Amino acid sequence: MVIRRIAELLDAQVVLGADKLDLDVGAAFSSDMMSDVLAYVTGGTVLLTGMVNEHVIRTAEMVDLECIVFVRGKVPTKEIIDLAEENGMVLMTTAHTLYVTSGILYSNGLEGIGRRE
Amino acid sequence: MPLIAEIFEVQKDDFVAAGEASAKIKRTLKKLGVGSEVIRRIAVCAYEVELNLIIHSLGGTIDFSVTQERVTLVVKDVGPGIPNVDLAMREGWSTAPESVRMMGFGAGMGLPNMKRNADEFDIHSEMGVGTEITMKFNIK
Repeated sequence: MVIRRIAELLDAQVVLGADKLDLDVGAAFSSDMMSDVLAYVTGGTVLLTGMVNEHVIRTAEMVDLECIVFVRGKVPTKEIIDLAEENGMVLMTTAHTLYVTSGILYSNGLEGIGRRE
Repeated sequence: MPLIAEIFEVQKDDFVAAGEASAKIKRTLKKLGVGSEVIRRIAVCAYEVELNLIIHSLGGTIDFSVTQERVTLVVKDVGPGIPNVDLAMREGWSTAPESVRMMGFGAGMGLPNMKRNADEFDIHSEMGVGTEITMKFNIK
């Protein structure tokens, strides 16, 4: 699913990377726990999270994530946006909860990552 | 002779700098043209171990070296040591404080995740002395 479609479906505000909305992601992963992002996620995935700090960006950087959706109306600080910009990421924020955000994307065809062996 | 050998110092409780060493390691490997899948595994291991040094150790170093065939991370801290390494290697086992969990870490995934992502993983720990972890990654 292209990132632009994700933004539309979630009625999200794009706070960084408006020029990269044509990028395609194959799956989504929802978590506030960055330890689990590091353990489960690989590139080509959009991260849906209610956690808003610089560690989210560092975590995304390590696992090659290009797009992060902050849920529950969370807005990233300038420091977070700057770090994400250095890494060429797309950041957006939606007022939906994590559950509803996940449900909207899933019901529109964006799958979750596979179960870990 | 390694192509690159660099030592990063990591301070206890320095959450502001968390990820800086790992980000440098990742950038260096990209410049060298190492494959993206193995770079991701190395970056995850470097970041996990860097966080462990910040959260659990009294401070330590990450010794990063690259040869034509492999990338090696040798991580040494100055204590306090892990009381039970077998327990620490179990997924879900964590001694991280609540403050760390509030940041999104401390799920007890770190050491098992390093072992899973490294081609070779070795850990030795002695209470009152410190912990040494060696991770090797084949890049050929």
